[in-house]
Amino acid sequence: MSDGQALRVLVVDDEAPARNRLRDLLGDCALKLPLEIVGEAENGRRALDLLQERKADVVLLDIRMPEIDGIEVAQHLQKLEHPPAVIFTTAYDAYALKAFEVHAIDYLLKPIRVARLLDALSRARAMAPLGADVLNEIRRDGRSHLSVNERGRIHLIPLAEVLFLKAELKYVTVRTAEREFLLEESLAKLEQEFLGRFVRIHRNCLVAKDAIRGFERGAVVDADGEGEGGWAVVLNHVNEKLPVSRRQQHIVREFGRIL
Amino acid sequence: MSINQNANAGALPNFRNLGIVLRILVIVDGICLAAALLETSEPLPLMEALVEMSAQAQPILLLSLLLLAAFNDLLHRLSYRSAIVALVAIEFAVATAMFFLGHHLFNAAGTLERYWLFTLLTTGVLVGYFELRGRALSPALTEARLQALQARIRPHFLFNSINAVLSLMRQDPRRAEQVIEDLAEMFRVLMADNRQLAPFSQEIALAKQYLNIEQLRLGERLQVEWDIEGFPDDALVPPLVLQPLLENAVYHGIEPRVEAGVITIQLRCERDRVRVVLRNPYRPENDHHTGNHMALANIRERLALHFDAEASIKTSAAKGSYEVHIVMPYITGRA
Repeated sequence: MSDGQALRVLVVDDEAPARNRLRDLLGDCALKLPLEIVGEAENGRRALDLLQERKADVVLLDIRMPEIDGIEVAQHLQKLEHPPAVIFTTAYDAYALKAFEVHAIDYLLKPIRVARLLDALSRARAMAPLGADVLNEIRRDGRSHLSVNERGRIHLIPLAEVLFLKAELKYVTVRTAEREFLLEESLAKLEQEFLGRFVRIHRNCLVAKDAIRGFERGAVVDADGEGEGGWAVVLNHVNEKLPVSRRQQHIVREFGRIL
Repeated sequence: MSINQNANAGALPNFRNLGIVLRILVIVDGICLAAALLETSEPLPLMEALVEMSAQAQPILLLSLLLLAAFNDLLHRLSYRSAIVALVAIEFAVATAMFFLGHHLFNAAGTLERYWLFTLLTTGVLVGYFELRGRALSPALTEARLQALQARIRPHFLFNSINAVLSLMRQDPRRAEQVIEDLAEMFRVLMADNRQLAPFSQEIALAKQYLNIEQLRLGERLQVEWDIEGFPDDALVPPLVLQPLLENAVYHGIEPRVEAGVITIQLRCERDRVRVVLRNPYRPENDHHTGNHMALANIRERLALHFDAEASIKTSAAKGSYEVHIVMPYITGRA
């Protein structure tokens, strides 16, 4: 990102008229500020895909979009090596706007005025990157996907596919029916974010409630020797069994699915 | 039939409305029970007292209800004061007639004065009740109108629509004109005095204008199926019932989806009933925006104001779809 180059802009909005309007306005801005539209995306997933192929300096990101909303897209974007600056756009969202004010995050209200857009774009290069914590705070509910950066590509894991999360040294292992992913987040924060979806069966392990087939006695012993003679979770879709720590034994009774 | 009849203070209720009739029955029987309780609280004598009381009160009550339903239109043409006088006169006549009839046929106990007193007191209680109820509900109407602008049109819709029109200005000015015309007409209806019942054709026109605008924003994602074959144009309904529900359907059903979704609108007229069914796809896990139930509560309240117990609105969610089911009486402008 050097000042001499044209500003590379990506437009993300699920409504075609809104994208057209932004294209017109960016055309107007181009007369005063060298810029280039590197792409348009109609949803969050498409935006993340586009950003793997081409670099952007700024993303104009609509908040209310189906499946993965704008704030979540911004969260996943932060996993890129050089995350672009994000300018949120919205027609109306009282809750998010308040949060943006509090955290001094730039946003544009639709209908957008060309002067405001120009102003935001000229400041974009100098903008501080969005903090993951701040974005987490703005969201009212958990993300719909987890994301990991694998060899420079962002991989989205739908939350519904996650069977369990296991903390291991620096990472959290995310297990789906197909494979494992390594996530650089803290288990405690994940537990908070997805309250109700997972149940803690062990100091280092959260299991998706939907993934629990039942409980079995014995068989599994973990590194600390815990779980000996105790209960283990039997999962749907995979053969792994996970030990339930002594402190969490009560969940066996709560679920009541003893095999 | 206008809403002023049963909502404004100082007007008699509509005696042909099932809800009103039920209220009267419950209150009069309540009075009887209270009177019986004054005499005794032992179970057996209480039953006897109640039966005796009912034998005297029920004939008066039922005959009164029949007469009032028959004279309903006539009573409503009078001023409130004269209507009350007429009402009291009717009640005295009924009480007197029943007294002599009871004496002749069954040798019933009690004096004429007692019959009169009972009738007068009960009539007074009921008139007072309905007047209070009218007073309590009429500010709700003004309130409902104020809410109309807030709850009806989400700011979200307004600003997104203006944005969509702006996007058309350069490429397709003609279409932009059309959309602004639709918007203007929508707001004219929204800001009108919406206390009177309006023909259903107006509701359908408003709904179509609204859906046109949403179509512009959402394109292929929004698909609408109308099933209104043979529905009578002259059916009268409280205004702004369809559009806010469609707005909910778009907001919670279509916008959270990446793929296309269908909204179905079904209008049926079955003899004296109008049935409205709205269906939209719905997956709670997709809908991050837990809506306020303002629109639904608002419509429920207005249906109750107009039709009391004769209208109902129910919602159900199952198998990925959400349904709103409204039943109301079929009323036309022709008296």
